Amino acid sequence: MNEERKARINRLKWHCRRALLELDLVFDRFWERHEGDLDAQGEAALESLLELQDHELWALVSGREVTDDPQQAAMIERLREVSPLANFE
Amino acid sequence: MHYTIRKFDAIIVGAGGAGLRAAIQLSEAGFKTAVLTKVFPTRSHTVAAQGGVAASLGNSEEDHWHWHMYDTVKGSDWLGDQDAIEFMCRKANEVVVELEHYGMPFDRLDNGKIYQRPFGGHMSNFGEKPVRRSCAAADRTGHAMLHAMYQRNVKVNTQFFVEWQALDLVRDAEGDVLGVTAMDMETGEIVVFHAKATIFATGGSGRIYYSSTNAFINTGDGLGMAARAGIPLEDMEFWQFHPTGVAGAGVLITEGVRGEGGILRNSAGERFMERYAPNAKDLASRDVVSRAMTTEINEGRGCGPNKDYVLLDITHLPPETIMKRLPGIHEIGVQFAGVDCLKEPLPVVPTCHYQMGGIPTNYLGQVVVPKGGNPSEPVQGFYAAGECACASVHGANRLGTNSLLDLLVFGKSAGETAVTDLRNSVKAHKPLPQEVIDMTLARVDRLNHQKDGADVHETRLAMQRTMQKHAGVFRFKDMLAAGVERIHEIAGQVAQTQIKDKSMVFNTARIEALELDNLIEVAKATIVSANARTESRGAHVRDDATDTPETPDGRDDKNWLKHTLWYREGNRLDYKPVHMKPMSVDTIELKKRAY
Repeated sequence: MNEERKARINRLKWHCRRALLELDLVFDRFWERHEGDLDAQGEAALESLLELQDHELWALVSGREVTDDPQQAAMIERLREVSPLANFE
Repeated sequence: MHYTIRKFDAIIVGAGGAGLRAAIQLSEAGFKTAVLTKVFPTRSHTVAAQGGVAASLGNSEEDHWHWHMYDTVKGSDWLGDQDAIEFMCRKANEVVVELEHYGMPFDRLDNGKIYQRPFGGHMSNFGEKPVRRSCAAADRTGHAMLHAMYQRNVKVNTQFFVEWQALDLVRDAEGDVLGVTAMDMETGEIVVFHAKATIFATGGSGRIYYSSTNAFINTGDGLGMAARAGIPLEDMEFWQFHPTGVAGAGVLITEGVRGEGGILRNSAGERFMERYAPNAKDLASRDVVSRAMTTEINEGRGCGPNKDYVLLDITHLPPETIMKRLPGIHEIGVQFAGVDCLKEPLPVVPTCHYQMGGIPTNYLGQVVVPKGGNPSEPVQGFYAAGECACASVHGANRLGTNSLLDLLVFGKSAGETAVTDLRNSVKAHKPLPQEVIDMTLARVDRLNHQKDGADVHETRLAMQRTMQKHAGVFRFKDMLAAGVERIHEIAGQVAQTQIKDKSMVFNTARIEALELDNLIEVAKATIVSANARTESRGAHVRDDATDTPETPDGRDDKNWLKHTLWYREGNRLDYKPVHMKPMSVDTIELKKRAY
């Protein structure tokens, strides 16, 4: 990973430190699985989601609300799929 | 290693509720005020507070601050300082109304007044019957509160340093506090914030436990910094546990689940609460349920491959009831336990929730230490408020909705006292002690160059598992003693942590290692203090503290009605008296805490 991308990823990772434990746990798992395969589009979608307030973000991740933005929606799907739900069904 | 110096009148570390409230006071008074924070202010953990803020406004029925005071003293199991508790309860209406003026969208009654709801432990007429005292903004009280106070700070020109990690307290040879050293996460640059007043509002340290409802940012940074600077930590053996956190994740499952008919079961499928609380059963108070769960697990009746959790069963409830009345629970089960709670029970364990102890302060928000025969001598230039501080209003056990009140009242109080000191006595910046700055630089340098050291993640996990096992909700003499040894061993590893990534920009590995330096101080303070206190009181419950007429429920007022003070140097313990005398009313006399 070049220095510039590494800095960008590190910044995103820190912005995943949230006020709610629920989100911390979701992002923790996300980075474990997806650090290697996050492309520029994914980075942009994640960055835009991280601008949201924590309750809004959790409402999207927990499926209580949906976003109209297709890129954001795709990222929400990835955040949801890394939950243990995948093992459970 | 290079560093720069920046001068302010006041520096506040932490931008949750307490830090923002203190900053308003200083900025409004015209002082040049900086707030350092690890995350954007409205992402502080205060956001997670749902219940509301207690104030005896009496909007729905008769209420009085004296009744609130009585409930808080009783809730604290008489370990709370009665002068600080009177101060907090009398100030409650004022700070809530101020918050309303800052734009806080409280829920309203039809007549336009703030709506108030009942909450556990809050009673009218000195413990007679429940009273509606909690002021809330739906289930987002903490979130709304932070937004209102952040906007107010922007208006009064508070300067925010967002994504900065505070490193160490700068305290000179006379014991005066002159600011903090801190690191800009974006560049790795180290700056000395030289200030005439330093306020800590760094929140709790719940991440010392394996199972915690706290967000990852709650790493006790203020406590670690204070301890390294020779300030003792007060009453750290007292931690509030919530009975139902999801096993392995910590995410809170609301009491409402048991309220709707949820049942706790052990590995045999037995509804074990019938044995511990035949009347209230699964709806007994938090501490009773948590202790019963721990007993089941300790006696081998836990569930799962390691027999280390019990089950919360709602499969007998109609699915439509669950989805309608407990909408978030199904998703939490799916996300964090891999369980569909409509079909299978949820794995739960008692989970660390709130830190009652902290940096010792008085009701003015001044940090106080024993000196020259005075158990509570103010440290010049140093103030603290919120969960990181111990005023002490929560004593051995906190009442719900008193935490948001604590951060408003003592955030304001710390700010006000700092303003008074800046106006009257502290006119100039004292010279910075070079050796203290060098100590910080050496600490960061050590981390950058450590070879063959301990892994940060593994060391933190070892600490968290040890604290959970040895100093959890129910405590045993031998386990505590063994836990003290183990935590000291782990502390040795923390002093030699190693990071592979040495980059400067948002190096999260470095930040986590620095956070662990703080967490381990809190863990040591907790387990050493808990090991020494041989009674049961509030949230500190020991198996070997016997229930006798002189020591009801194991509480030993003759020997233990006193505050613990833990010093980092030599792991030394000291004690100081509880303030039994309130400011204006009669002492609330000791009696058995029963509801």
